[in-house]
Amino acid sequence: MTNDEILAKLREKYPKVVVDTPELIDFTVVVKSEALTEVATFLHDECRLDYLADVTAVDRPERFEVVYHLYSVKNQTPGPFVLKVYLEDKGNPKVASVTPIWRGANFQEREVYDLMGIAFEGHPNLKRILLWEGFPGHPLRKDFENRTFTFKELEPTRPKPPDW
Amino acid sequence: MSEEQLVEEQLKRNIFLTTVDAVYNWGRKCSVWPMAFGLACCAIEMIAAAAARYDFSRFGMEIMRPSPRQADLMIVAGTITHKMAPQVLRLYHQMAEPKYVLAMGSCATAGGPFPSYAVLQGIDELLPVDVYVPGCPPRPEALIEGFMKLHDKLMKQSIKTVPWYQKEPAR
Repeated sequence: MTNDEILAKLREKYPKVVVDTPELIDFTVVVKSEALTEVATFLHDECRLDYLADVTAVDRPERFEVVYHLYSVKNQTPGPFVLKVYLEDKGNPKVASVTPIWRGANFQEREVYDLMGIAFEGHPNLKRILLWEGFPGHPLRKDFENRTFTFKELEPTRPKPPDW
Repeated sequence: MSEEQLVEEQLKRNIFLTTVDAVYNWGRKCSVWPMAFGLACCAIEMIAAAAARYDFSRFGMEIMRPSPRQADLMIVAGTITHKMAPQVLRLYHQMAEPKYVLAMGSCATAGGPFPSYAVLQGIDELLPVDVYVPGCPPRPEALIEGFMKLHDKLMKQSIKTVPWYQKEPAR
């Protein structure tokens, strides 16, 4: 099944969910964030896109975008089927987690939560994965001041050692 | 030759007069046991320095102890991230005196090519470093020169003034 066929089937099944198909390097489909779980289940079961290669996020001036790169191992699709979700609320961005559908999303979503601050509802273990829980800020956002820290500065933010 | 002269000759060949400092430092210098503490790419060069071509077993250092309790020298080889930094400090505190720290590579010296939110800019924010070996990564020969500088520093220490034998606590 080529990417166009998948898009046609998606439009047929869920008529109002596709927001946009922008002309980017890879074949991209933008869906509404509320419909993400249904679309993901559809893509996994009906269209056999069983390999989630990547989950990342983009910080644009007016919105966040969460990007999923999907491949099909059975059908050997050449390029990724890129699924995007636009999150308009920059103050409190959250989206449903696709970990129940693709297990590989577990660590990837934790990384996006750690570095961009986007919360994934339904994730089994949403903790920071590269930095620690008290670290000030989310580094890959555009409004994070990119500077070095000294050890003394970060010392109060570290988790307290257990009180033996 | 008379018996006295024979004995005198044998004595000249077999008895040395030296200082306590020289023997103490010579013993310490020829058996510095490094702690295997490779964090990143500099670890590969440290391993290369330990391997056959640039052997540091010539200096008595081939026993790279994995445990800090048994090591004398901590070679901080590689980038120290902020997440790892408290553990590095913890391992340093677990080493017994006399202990030395060698900062290998530019990441351990000054953060290296990473002026980033996640990288500690040089291990000397946390630990007292004795020798810095710059390079990215430093060649095994450069690391061995670092060891030789450490040996020079070590030989200059006198048993009367070393910090671990003083009355007050060391550092």
